[in-house]
Amino acid sequence: MATVVSRPAKRRIVGTPSSWLVWGVVAFFLVNLAGVVGSVLVSSFGTRWFGTWLPEGFTGSWYASAWQEFGLFDVVWVTLQVSLLVVLISVLIGVPASYVLARRDFPGKKIVYFAFLLPILMPPITYGIPLATVLYKYGFAGNASGVVLANLVPSVPFVILTMTPFIEQINPSIESAARMCGAGVRAMFLRVLGPLLVPGILAAAILVLVRTVGMFELTFLTAGPDSQTLVVSLYYAMSAAGIRAQQSVDAMAVIYTSTMLVLLVVALRYVNPTQLVARVKETPAP
Amino acid sequence: MSLTVERTDPTPTGPRDPGLSHRLAERGIDRTLLLLLPAVLFVALLFVYPFGYGLQLSFAPAEGGPLASYAAFFSDPYQRNTIWITLGLALPAALLNVLASVPIAYKMRGRFRGKRLLTIVLVVPITLGTVLTAQGLLNFLGPAGWFNKAVVGLGLADAPVQLVNNYWGVFFSLVITGFPFAFLLILSYLSGIDPTLEQAAATLGADWTQRFRRITLPLLAPGLATTFCLAFVLAFSVFPSAVLVGNPAGETRVLALAAYQAAYEQYDYSLASAIAMVMGAVELLVIAVVLLWRSRLYAGSTGGKG
Amino acid sequence: MSSAGAAPPGRFGELRLDGVGRRFAGKDALVELDLTIRAGEFIALLGPSGCGKSTALNCLAGLLPLTTGSIWQDERRIDTLPAEKRGFGMVFQSYALFPHMSVRRNIAFGLQMRKLPRAEVRRRTEEGVRLVQLEEHADKLPGQLSGGQQQRVAIARAVVLEPSLVLMDEPLSNLDAKLRLEMRTEIRRLHQSLGLTTVYVTHDQEEALSLADRLVVLRHGRVQQVGTPEQLHARPVNWHVADFMGFRNLMELEAAHVSGTGVDAEVAVRGEGLTLLGTATAAVSAGDRVVAAVRPEDVLVVEDAGGDNRIAATVEVVEYQGRELAVEVRTAAGRALHLRTERRLAPGDEVALTVERERLLVYPLAPGEQAPAPLVDAVTT
Repeated sequence: MATVVSRPAKRRIVGTPSSWLVWGVVAFFLVNLAGVVGSVLVSSFGTRWFGTWLPEGFTGSWYASAWQEFGLFDVVWVTLQVSLLVVLISVLIGVPASYVLARRDFPGKKIVYFAFLLPILMPPITYGIPLATVLYKYGFAGNASGVVLANLVPSVPFVILTMTPFIEQINPSIESAARMCGAGVRAMFLRVLGPLLVPGILAAAILVLVRTVGMFELTFLTAGPDSQTLVVSLYYAMSAAGIRAQQSVDAMAVIYTSTMLVLLVVALRYVNPTQLVARVKETPAP
Repeated sequence: MSLTVERTDPTPTGPRDPGLSHRLAERGIDRTLLLLLPAVLFVALLFVYPFGYGLQLSFAPAEGGPLASYAAFFSDPYQRNTIWITLGLALPAALLNVLASVPIAYKMRGRFRGKRLLTIVLVVPITLGTVLTAQGLLNFLGPAGWFNKAVVGLGLADAPVQLVNNYWGVFFSLVITGFPFAFLLILSYLSGIDPTLEQAAATLGADWTQRFRRITLPLLAPGLATTFCLAFVLAFSVFPSAVLVGNPAGETRVLALAAYQAAYEQYDYSLASAIAMVMGAVELLVIAVVLLWRSRLYAGSTGGKG
Repeated sequence: MSSAGAAPPGRFGELRLDGVGRRFAGKDALVELDLTIRAGEFIALLGPSGCGKSTALNCLAGLLPLTTGSIWQDERRIDTLPAEKRGFGMVFQSYALFPHMSVRRNIAFGLQMRKLPRAEVRRRTEEGVRLVQLEEHADKLPGQLSGGQQQRVAIARAVVLEPSLVLMDEPLSNLDAKLRLEMRTEIRRLHQSLGLTTVYVTHDQEEALSLADRLVVLRHGRVQQVGTPEQLHARPVNWHVADFMGFRNLMELEAAHVSGTGVDAEVAVRGEGLTLLGTATAAVSAGDRVVAAVRPEDVLVVEDAGGDNRIAATVEVVEYQGRELAVEVRTAAGRALHLRTERRLAPGDEVALTVERERLLVYPLAPGEQAPAPLVDAVTT
C-alpha cells in the first residue's frame, strides 16, 4: 500500500500523519481479520495445538472425520437445494414487482414499498419466531419447505430493492421504441427488456444466494434435523463443543468458509462489492 | 406469467369508454399492477400475517390478563435488562463502525492501484457470517490464542487478557462483521459526491478541514444516517455470537436470546412473541429517531451523475 | 406488405386529430387539439417545454391513451389501437436504441416484428444502413457510437419500416450545435427523398421553420396558431407566439390613435415616453392596452434623431456575432431593446433607432391579460 496514489490529483495518499493513522487502523483491522480466519484454518490442519504458536504437526484427517461425523454431504446438499430454490422463487416473485415499482406511480405505492422494506429492517428473530410458529401450525416447519419459505421473507424484498433501481435506470423510451417498432407486449418483454434485465437479475440472484447460505437465524428457527443448512449445522457443532474435537469443528468451519468464498468470487465477477451490502448509485467513471 | 402493459381497448370499433378505467389508468391503476400481486400476497402471508399472529399471541398469555406477558418481561430485571444489554452492544458497535469508516473511506476515494483488492478483502468478513467469526475469535483472541501470545510476548500485559466469553468478544464480532459493511456503504456514498464540489470550495478559499466540514460532511450526512440504521439493524439482531463468544447467561444475554429461550426452552410462545415485539419496537424506535434527524438534512442530489 | 394482423395499415390520404385531449392527475396537458395531416406533409409541433407538444406526439403514437377526442386515419378510427398496431415509426429524444443489439439488429428489429421473410428483412436492413451511411458501423453496439451516429440509427430504425407516419420527439436536442445543423439537413433530405409523412416535435423555432411545411404552435396545452413557416414568421397570431418566434422586443403600451379598421390598420401606440406607428394584428381601438412587438433585426439604427418612429437610446451591451453585432440598448424610460446592426457600436454610445410601421406588430391585450415583462422588472434585472 505504500505507493498508493490517487490518479486524477496525483495526491499521495501516504505522507500526512492522518494518513498514517488511517492506514494503521486498516492494517490493524486486516491483521486481526487474518488472525481470526487464519487461526481457524491452521487449527483445522493441526494435530495437537496447546499454547504454542503453531500446532505440533499438520494433517488433513480432520476434514475426513468432519465430513463423516457431521454428515456433511447431506448438509451441503440441503444447503444447495434450499439456496437455489430461494433464489429461483425470489427472482420470479421479485422481478415483476420491481418492474411495477420502477415504472408506475399508483396510490399506496409508498405503503407497498414500506411493506417490502420492513422484512429487511426487522431483526430476523423478531419475525422469525412468530413465523416459525405459524409454519409449524401449517406443517411446513421442520423440513426443507419451511426453511425455504422462511428464507424467502428477506430474500424477496431484497430482490425487489435491488432490481427496482436497476429497472429505473433503463430508459423507459426503450420500451416505447420497441412498441413503435411493432413489438407486442410479449416480444417487448422477451426480446428487449428481458436481455437488458439479465445482468441485474444475475447480480440479485447471486446476492440472494450468498445471503441465504449465510442466513443463520431463520434457518435455525425453522429447520428440522434433516433440513439444516451448513451454517446451522456448524452452530450446533460449536455449541456442543467438548463432544467433538475442536479441530473437526474448525475443519467444518473452513468448509463453510470456502463455500462462501467460492460464492463470493463468483459474485464479484458480476457485482460491485458495494452491492453486497446495498445497492447505491455508483459514480460514473471519470 | 402473463405480462400486460397499459393499453387501450383493442377493438377498433365503437366509442371508447372514457370512464372509470381511464380515470384509474390516469392514476396509475391498470393491469400492469397485477405483476405486483405475487409479491404483495407473499409479504402479506409470510410477513404481515405471522407478525400479526405473533402480536396477537403476545397479548394472549397462557395465564393472566392480555398484558401478562409484557408485564412478566418488564417486571423481571433479568429479562428487562436484555434491552439495555442489546442496545449497549449494538449502539456503540454501529457507531464505531460508521465513524471509523468515514476517514478511511475519505482517504480511499478516487481510484488507486489495489483498491479493488482492498475492497474484496474487506468484503470477506461479510461472507464469513457470525458463526465462523465466533469460532475464529475464540481461537484467535482466546487465552492461548495468537493475539494474547503477541500481547504477552511484547510485554503489553503480564497475563493473557480476557477477550472472549464476555462483552468484548461479542463486540469484536460485531465490529468484524459490521465494519466492512459500513465501510463499503460509506465509500459508495462518498464516491457519489461530485468531487468538483470540493474543488469549487477550494477555489473559494476553503482549506482541507473546512471543505470536509462544510461541503462533504453535509452531503454525506443522509448517507451516514442510512448506513448507521443498516449497521444498527445488523448489530441489533446479534444472536449466534452472543451465545458462542459472549456470556449468554450474563452480560451478553441479548433480546434475541431471551426471545429464543422463551420460545424453545420454556415453550412460552406468548412471552417469546412479546419479547420479539419489544425487540422490533425498540429497533424501530432507534431507526425512527435517526431518520427523523435525517429528514431535517439536505436530501437532494449529491452532484454526482446518477 | 403482409396481411397479418400486425401489418401496418398502410398509406393514408389524411390523418385527422379530432378534439384530442389528455389530462394528467386532473391537470390539462393537452386541450382540444384539432389537426389534419395530409400524406407526405412535414408538420412541426412547436412550443416551450411543458406546452403539451410531447403529450400530443405520444397520444398520436399510442403510447398515451387519450382523455378526450379521437384520431382518424381516413375513415378508420385508430386511437383505440395499441402503439404496436398503428404502424407508425418514432424517433426518440434519447434515441432509445436497444443497447444489447448491434446497429444492424436494431434496424432489423421492426422488420422482424412484422414477420417479414428473412431475405426481405436482410435486404431492407442493409438498405436502411446505407440510407444513413453507417455501413462501417453496422456491427457495433449503440454504446460504441457517437451521438450523431446513434441518432442516425434511430432514424434508420424508424424509416426502414416505411411507416405511414414518422414521429420525431426533439431528435436533435441532445446533439451539439454543429451536428444539429448537419442532422437537420439530413432529416430534410430524407423527407424529400422518401416522402414520409412526419410529425416533428421541437422547442427550437429555427429548427421548426427550416424543416416543416406547416407549424403548430402550442402553449399551455392549447393550439395558438397553425400555419406555414412564412405565416408564422411574419404574422404571429398573439404576442406569446410572437415572443416564441423571435420577437424579442415586447412593450406594453397604449393605443393612442387608430386609422383604418380591423387587421392591418395603422395604430399609433404611446407610452414609456415614446410614440410609435405600428400595424394592428386584430381589431384595436384607441385607449386599448396593447403589446407592440418587433424583431431585433427590424430595429434599425439611423443618423437623424428627428422624424417618425424614432427611439432615442443608450448602448449598454454589445455582442460580436461575425458581420453583425447583437446590441442591447436602453431607452430613456428604462426599457431594454435588442437590435442587430452592422455598425460598430460601443457601450455608452447614444443612438437613434427606428422601426418600419409594417414591422411593428400591435397586439391588443384582453382586460386582465398578463402583459410581457413590465418595465420595472427590466430596470431591476
